[in-house]
Amino acid sequence: MERIEAIKTIIKQLDDELIICNLGFPSRELYSIKDSPRHFYMLGSMGMASSIGLGLALTQKRKVIVFEGDGSLLMNLGSLVTIYSQSPKNLILIILDNGCYATTGSQCTYALKVDLGELAKGIGFKKIFKFEKPHEINMRPILEDEGPIIVHVKVEPGNADVPIIDLNPEEIISRFMKIVSSGK
Amino acid sequence: MESSQAIYKALKDNNINFIVSVPCINLAKVLEMIEHDEEIKHIPATREEEGFGIAAGAYMAGENTAILMQNSGLGNSINVIASLYKLYRIPILMIISHRGTHGEFITAQIPMGEATPLILEALNIPYHVPSTPEEAYNDIKSAWKVAKAKKHPTAILLEVSFW
Repeated sequence: MERIEAIKTIIKQLDDELIICNLGFPSRELYSIKDSPRHFYMLGSMGMASSIGLGLALTQKRKVIVFEGDGSLLMNLGSLVTIYSQSPKNLILIILDNGCYATTGSQCTYALKVDLGELAKGIGFKKIFKFEKPHEINMRPILEDEGPIIVHVKVEPGNADVPIIDLNPEEIISRFMKIVSSGK
Repeated sequence: MESSQAIYKALKDNNINFIVSVPCINLAKVLEMIEHDEEIKHIPATREEEGFGIAAGAYMAGENTAILMQNSGLGNSINVIASLYKLYRIPILMIISHRGTHGEFITAQIPMGEATPLILEALNIPYHVPSTPEEAYNDIKSAWKVAKAKKHPTAILLEVSFW
C-alpha cells in the first residue's frame, strides 16, 4: 500500500480528533487529501511529532492522533519511553513505516532491520496494531479503546505527486489552537 | 530569598503550569519543588529536544510552559528551537543552569559553557544573567513577559556562581 492510501483510509474513519502530522511528504499528502484546522502540519523539527502529540494529549481531553514516520521516530526514540511512562489515554501514535527517508530521496532506515512494533512491545506498550493492507485498517476498535495505542502501518517507499502546503506556519498554528481551545 | 526558592517563586508567580526538564545538579532543589507542586505538570524528558517538543504541544492547548535544563541541553535543541519555536512563533521560558562558568570544577563543561551565550545570540534569544536571587526573580518575570508578548523563547542563564 502507498502511504497516501494509508492516510486516506485512516482519515475517512476519523471524526473530530486532533492530528499532528510529520513533516515533508506525509503532511503534504494529508493536506492534499483533506485540509482541516484540526491538522497541525509540521514544516520542520524532524523527530518531534510524537513529542508534540504527547504534550497536547497531556493537556486537553480530545483524542490526539500522530502521523509519525519510521525515520523520524528513530531520530527521537526516547519519546516512546516517555509516552509509555506518562501513558496518556487519549494518544494514538500511527507509525507510517516505509523503511526509508522518503522525503530526502528514499535512503534506507534501520526500520528495515528493526521491527518498530516489537520495539514498542519491548518498552511495555500493551496495545499495538499492525496493518499491511488498506482493507485491514479498521480504526473503530482503536478509537474506542484507551491509549496510548501504537498503530504500525507498513507502507511502500515513495511519495505521491502532491503540491507543497500553501499555508504559512502562523496560520497553521493559530487555527489549530483555536480548534483546541474550543473543545477543551 | 534563597536561590532555588527565588526561581520556584518566580515560576509560580508568573503562572507557569507546564514544565519539562532534564536535570542538572544545580537545579535539583527547584526540580524537587516543582515535582511536589500539584498545580504544575512536570514532565521529565529523555533529551532536551524532546522536552521542547512536548512543551510545544502543551502550549497549543494553552499552557504556560518552561524548560529546566543544563546548557549542554541547549546544544541538543538548536534545531527544534529554530524550526519549531521560531517558525511557528511559540513562547517558552528557558531556565538554564550555565555550567562551565566561573567556579566550574569540571573541565569538560568549559567549551559548551563558553559557546552558550553565543548560541543564544545566534538564535536571537533574549537572555538574562542574574547574579542574586532577587535579580533572578525579576528577570524571570520580565523574560516571561517578553516571551509571551513576542511569542518567542527567552532564557535565564544561571551561572555556577549564582547558586
